[in-house]
Amino acid sequence: MDLYRLTIHELHEMLIKKEISSLELIKNVIDRIEETDPKIKAYVTVVKEQSLAKAQEADDLISRGENVGPLTGIPMALKDNMCTEGIPTTCSSQILKNFVPPYDATVTRRLSDEGAILLGKLNMDEFAMGSSTENSAFFHTRNPWNTDCVPGGSSGGVVAAVAADEAVFTLGSDTGGSIRQPASFCGVVGLKPTYGYVSRYGLIAFASSLDQIGPVTKDVTDCALVLNAIAGHDPKDSTSADVQVPDFTKYLTGDVEGMKIGIPKEYFAEGIQPEVKDAVMTAVQQFADLGAEVEEVSLPHTEYALPAYYIIAPAECSSNLARYDGVRYGHRTEESEDIVTMFKKTRYEGFGQEVKRRIMLGTYALSSGYYDAYYLKALKVRTLIKEDFDRAFEKYDVLISPASPSTAFKFGEKLNDPLAMYMSDTMTIPINLAGIPGISVPCGFAQGLPIGLQIMGKAFGEGNILKAAYAYEQVAGFYRQKPNLTGEE
Amino acid sequence: MNIDKYEIVIGLEVHAELKTNTKIFCNCTTKFGGEPNTHVCPVCLGLPGVLPVLNKKVVDFAIIAGLALDCEIAEYSKFDRKNYYYPDLPKNFQTSQYDLPICLNGYLDINVDGETKRIGITRIHMEEDAGKLVHGGETISSSDFSLVDYNRTGVPLLEIVSEPDMRSPLEARAYLEQLKAVLEYTEVSDCKMQEGSLRCDANISIMPKGSSVFGTRTEIKNLNSFRALQRALEYEILRQAEVVEEGGTVIQETRTWDDAKGITLPLRSKEEAHDYRYFPEPDLLPLVISRDWVERIKKTLPELPQARKERLIKEYGLPEYDAGIITGSKALADYFASCVNIYPEAKTISNWLMGDLTRLLNAGEKEITDSPITPEMLVEMLQLLDKGTISGKIAKTVFEEMFETGKRAEEIVKEKGLVQISDQASLEKMVDEVIGANPKSVEDYRAGKEKAIGFLVGQVMKLSKGKANPGLVNTMLREKMK
Repeated sequence: MDLYRLTIHELHEMLIKKEISSLELIKNVIDRIEETDPKIKAYVTVVKEQSLAKAQEADDLISRGENVGPLTGIPMALKDNMCTEGIPTTCSSQILKNFVPPYDATVTRRLSDEGAILLGKLNMDEFAMGSSTENSAFFHTRNPWNTDCVPGGSSGGVVAAVAADEAVFTLGSDTGGSIRQPASFCGVVGLKPTYGYVSRYGLIAFASSLDQIGPVTKDVTDCALVLNAIAGHDPKDSTSADVQVPDFTKYLTGDVEGMKIGIPKEYFAEGIQPEVKDAVMTAVQQFADLGAEVEEVSLPHTEYALPAYYIIAPAECSSNLARYDGVRYGHRTEESEDIVTMFKKTRYEGFGQEVKRRIMLGTYALSSGYYDAYYLKALKVRTLIKEDFDRAFEKYDVLISPASPSTAFKFGEKLNDPLAMYMSDTMTIPINLAGIPGISVPCGFAQGLPIGLQIMGKAFGEGNILKAAYAYEQVAGFYRQKPNLTGEE
Repeated sequence: MNIDKYEIVIGLEVHAELKTNTKIFCNCTTKFGGEPNTHVCPVCLGLPGVLPVLNKKVVDFAIIAGLALDCEIAEYSKFDRKNYYYPDLPKNFQTSQYDLPICLNGYLDINVDGETKRIGITRIHMEEDAGKLVHGGETISSSDFSLVDYNRTGVPLLEIVSEPDMRSPLEARAYLEQLKAVLEYTEVSDCKMQEGSLRCDANISIMPKGSSVFGTRTEIKNLNSFRALQRALEYEILRQAEVVEEGGTVIQETRTWDDAKGITLPLRSKEEAHDYRYFPEPDLLPLVISRDWVERIKKTLPELPQARKERLIKEYGLPEYDAGIITGSKALADYFASCVNIYPEAKTISNWLMGDLTRLLNAGEKEITDSPITPEMLVEMLQLLDKGTISGKIAKTVFEEMFETGKRAEEIVKEKGLVQISDQASLEKMVDEVIGANPKSVEDYRAGKEKAIGFLVGQVMKLSKGKANPGLVNTMLREKMK
């Protein structure tokens, strides 16, 4: 039986009815990884022995009926920027290639406490900087729908693993679209929660004020189940919100009658692939058919989001990545006569082009004499963008747009044109600046490549997002489609 | 060279380590020492992925210091990152405060030559300390390698910045001494300069007397004692004056004090100064300090040095000079209080504290808190003196012995047979011997030369190895020479 194809909620039913064991399930998914990952290359590290041992523990719990939750015994994997005690955590960078954290990220611990079983760590753009996972220092991850295409990024391995059924669910991180854009490219569900909803403790920082961890799943129900497990206050993260977390599955009613949906016109401007626009507009019509009230809305400062983001994120990254100097952990250059050359050579050898580019951008933006013109101005733009959303959410429950202006592109297509690469995040960046949540759900195909629908909500409005996403998913049904990887089906 | 034609302008930046039990952003202990890299955790080591959580106690301590120095306590304050590369700084940025520090616009009154002067305090901010480098060789440049100890990393610091209000090295020293006293009294810092829990950088410039435009300043680092501060400033004034006298201009730069050579040396010029690229720390929320919080802390403020000094003058009749010295250190003032509680002669106590005890402590490089002589032991010795069991002279010997061995006065007196000889019969022989051996002095005395008696008493004391009761010897000599 192809257990690896199933969702969390389907597998949970089978586990508690003892139709299958967790061990059976883990073996099945590991077989799948061994079969398809040489082609997809989603995983940087697989912890086979550990996962089999944990499966045995989960089966013991299930047989005793103790502490069995929806994630107990379910195999999953994490983006390789979330710390896992004793397991390498590389950020897909040479500089952290040999880094083994002595501690677990809060999400790692929470999933482990819920009984979920870690299969391994997933490839990404180095330090989460990129939109195609081509910036991984190790290898390219391929899009399961078309292996000539990128999976998107930076969470390329994270979405490819779920799309290729190499994990039942995964966690990604999203700083400017790194969960939603690849989720749209690979036809899976990817949620970026409200900033502060999921603890960042143990997430290797790219841009602290924008980074957020979120689930990547096969359907919206699974997304709600994973969010239930990872959301909530963490005293180890000062920016973590101290708010009550509801049971998100209660929003999965299929009823969007009377829901007010705004369509931000700025997200449909030129440059958008026609099939993407058509698929999204079809989805909008389906919402209207379900009884939602749909209206066009304007978010006037949208065009300034990208430039503001490319000041703020690099500025924070230039400081966050300063610690990789070869003194304490990670790569250290072989050739150094003194401390300054050791710093320089270590960083020269350890970081890739894109990371260096952003460190340079950020260092410049924070330099004395430029701070006011760049960083401070970018912060003001950020406030204006947030106010755009605040106004829109006075009237609408959710906003709908494409998750990306295009479907997945080919390897190499944008690699040497950073601006073109940055433009692929225009739809996703604004909500990171505003700190609000957004999801990408599959809403069609163009030339065999998935298209993603982005649903945005107000801060801590994940319930409404999941409600809309679930209702749409049930009607549209795209989530049931799978890429053909083995040529058998 | 005549430096009197110059006005001297000094401002100090003081770093004080706070006495919290745990570090500023994690739960590691702040204890001094310990095996290298044992007081550390992923957070203070700045490992990938960690986040800081502010220790509220640090804010309490900053507010206490701010109130004790008459500062305004900000309602809204925040942390910023100060970016620079150094191997003792695990994140290669220091979490500090830049444009919105917690305390602003305070002052501290100092006393120099009986004159009270008010020194402005510009700001006080909170930040984390860095680690410690241990070089493989003699000096940093001759070492093949250096090791880093991160035990101190993340220990909370207050940086206290004064206005350029000091006009002499003596004033700068008085300010630092008074500031140390305030921080000790409020128990926010241990202020141990040798351990580095109180550190000071000085900004200094000179200008022609009467000018209102400050000269170019230099910043002097590595000032590890009050004496170093004063000497470095005195040196730097001469150096700057010499530059000006020779028609040159003082260069804005950072200099370091070489204590062994007694000179300041250039460290880095203005052009080489770091661009710290400050920006708001995104991993910490801004700090909102309610007025209730400030009021709550205000109620717990202890007596400050100035108030205690006035109390010692009023309550115990101590001279202002004595009271100033004794209250200059909280530990010394506490020691005095313990003594005076069980022994009423305040001035006698004060003399012993300022004299012999301070001398012995300094010689042994000890703090008063480490004194082998407790207040009870000092008082016991004073009582032996009062009873006439020992003489003043013997007392000094006994006191030194007490300091050396930690033994009680009575024990030492017994052991060494130092009991004062007040028995006339035992002294008679010695007095006769001295009179017989010094006919010239006896003659002088009889001729009315009062001074001669002192010499003769001294001779008897010598003969008795200091044990004779000098008052009794005096009376006996006079009797016999009548």
